[in-house]
Amino acid sequence: MPVETRAEATQRTAPTPGRSVAAIAVLLAIVAVLWWSVGFLADPTAVDRVVAGILSLIGADGAATVIEQRGLTPVSQKLGSAVVALVVGVVGVWALFIAANRAIDATFGLRTREKIRPWLFVGPGIGLIFLYLLLPMVGTIYESFTDSDGAFTLSHYQFALTDPSMLLAFRNNVLWLVFGTTGSVLIGVGFAALVDRVKRESLAKSFIFLPLSISFVGASVIWRFVYAWQPEGQPQTGLVNAIITGLGFEPVPILSLSPLNTFALIVVMIWLQTGFAMVIFSAAIKSVPSEVIEAARLDGAGEFVIFLRIILPMIRGTVLTVATAIFIAILKVFDIVWVMGRGGNFDTEVVATRMFKEMFQFQNFGRASALAVLLLLVVVPAMVVNIRNMNRQGVGA
Amino acid sequence: MSVTAPRTVEAPPQTQLATRAPRRIAWRRRGDDGPTRVPGQRSLLVRALVAVIVVVWSLPTMGLLISSFRPAAEISTTGWWTVFAHPFEVTQWTLENYAGVLAEQGMFDAFVNSVVIAIPATVIPISLAAFAAYAFAWIDFPGRKPLFALVVGLLVVPLQMTFIPLLELYVRWDLTGTYLGTWLAHTGFGLPMAVFLLYNYIADLPKEILESAYVDGASHFAAFTRLVLPLAAPVLAAFAIFQFLWVWNDFLVAFVFLGTSSDVAVLTAQLQQLVGTRGESWHLLTAGAFVSMVVPLVVFLAMQRHFVRGLLTGGVKG
Repeated sequence: MPVETRAEATQRTAPTPGRSVAAIAVLLAIVAVLWWSVGFLADPTAVDRVVAGILSLIGADGAATVIEQRGLTPVSQKLGSAVVALVVGVVGVWALFIAANRAIDATFGLRTREKIRPWLFVGPGIGLIFLYLLLPMVGTIYESFTDSDGAFTLSHYQFALTDPSMLLAFRNNVLWLVFGTTGSVLIGVGFAALVDRVKRESLAKSFIFLPLSISFVGASVIWRFVYAWQPEGQPQTGLVNAIITGLGFEPVPILSLSPLNTFALIVVMIWLQTGFAMVIFSAAIKSVPSEVIEAARLDGAGEFVIFLRIILPMIRGTVLTVATAIFIAILKVFDIVWVMGRGGNFDTEVVATRMFKEMFQFQNFGRASALAVLLLLVVVPAMVVNIRNMNRQGVGA
Repeated sequence: MSVTAPRTVEAPPQTQLATRAPRRIAWRRRGDDGPTRVPGQRSLLVRALVAVIVVVWSLPTMGLLISSFRPAAEISTTGWWTVFAHPFEVTQWTLENYAGVLAEQGMFDAFVNSVVIAIPATVIPISLAAFAAYAFAWIDFPGRKPLFALVVGLLVVPLQMTFIPLLELYVRWDLTGTYLGTWLAHTGFGLPMAVFLLYNYIADLPKEILESAYVDGASHFAAFTRLVLPLAAPVLAAFAIFQFLWVWNDFLVAFVFLGTSSDVAVLTAQLQQLVGTRGESWHLLTAGAFVSMVVPLVVFLAMQRHFVRGLLTGGVKG
């Protein structure tokens, strides 16, 4: 539990009006500078003007006018604004915290200070979380029940739950969730158990882990190439079809045959997520006490039985956690279907891609919102479990 | 998206990743003198299985990498595996694909855009989250529990829930298609994860250290800046790696808030455009994909240990 900060109480002097006014003035000045720099960052040509200003300040008027007229090259303009953003985001934010902390000390009495200070600490972060997550969520829920005239309606949900194209999307999502999650977890736990027993364990793990650093879009390109298809008779440059034709069968246009294509996309997700599962499982398996395993071995249990009857039950909680994590990741699958299924063509549509289409192509914000709310409903149990776990551990315990 | 791995049940001590668990030694010894089995054969089977999985997992990326250095004409007529027949024949390798995507297909500009988006979007959330995590961990204030519960609950919210209202707001504030809007969006979306990850670590710091600091007269501000921040360096690094990889690899947020026009498009968006316009030009797609992957691969390989530690400290975002 947090400690009563008696020290602060004894050390600080009581606030005086003069100190207080000065500290608040500094704080306001910093807020003003931050506000100005945010506006500055919103203006793409601002960096040009600053550079020109600096050049004319040091006497290089010729260069300054050139830059004012032609502007910087786009690359230096962009890098310049990134540098400004970094300065504002680090120096500016710290200056804000320091100045506000001083202003609190200089203005309020001992008790009030310590009541206000935590809000200074959490305020900016929580404020952004409210602005970017909580308030928009409320807006989306409202929008999902509102028709184009602003009246209450359930039609968006009716569409989402009954339209045949939506039912297809839901079917695909279920396929994704069932096969993607079990595939990643099973291969992850199996590989973790196997790799525990070979030399060069960490090297082998790196290979499985590596795809975790690849973007969904990059992985989509990688696997489109693996699944590439040429008509029969032409040389197959895709690995899978080369193997199929090598075995004497006809080449298969994997990505345009439903429902085969959805399974082909799920394989990509398994390829990406297994590494995550494997790393967590591997650590959990190593934490199983060796005495337990020794004892079982002395009793004559085989390695497979030990894994099934002892290790697996002992890491059950981890399996559940990892499965939930992957489930949630897969629920929101978008990029892979968008890139490989060409925006959900050939019956690969999932809820997230459909939501995107409703939003950008059809501008039907009500429907898009309803789909987002349905995705949210699926993760609500995970939210509840997370919060309950947190309460059990106790905040600040 | 993000998820919390409760650190309670079986979360192993982190050192076990780096050092070998003692059990492994016992396991091996048993293999040597176990009378009932043929250890050599068994471990051979295990090794073969591991090798097969490793090869299967690596082939897709390897095919991409090799193809990106092959001339366009050869990519479309022979499989990439044929290079192994005569790997040292220099004429089958080329750098033209890379020159092509970087200069003509806009991947160089997209690379710059990705750098410009990713670095501030990684750095800005860190201090905001660290202050909040410290307050949640070490200051008792009314509303602390529900606020932190809110942060934890928001970890798994699909970002789709936020797009429409945020876009309406962005249109009103003229932030669509700007770097500023995208930095802020990544900051806002990354903050729950950041606060949660940092909280897990900061709340576990030894109580005695902080208490003695308070007794010595340190204010919360001083305790945070002089004591907690330096101690939290490992978790700050872990979060920075997560957030950087997430932002660099993100397609959805960049697509929604930044768009795909060539002057601002990030690598993922540009690569997706390339799939749409040059879907069968594999010499460009393979090189383009590798350009988009090279930075995360390097970051990942260089910082694997931090990354794994971050995963085990309680969360993943991907």
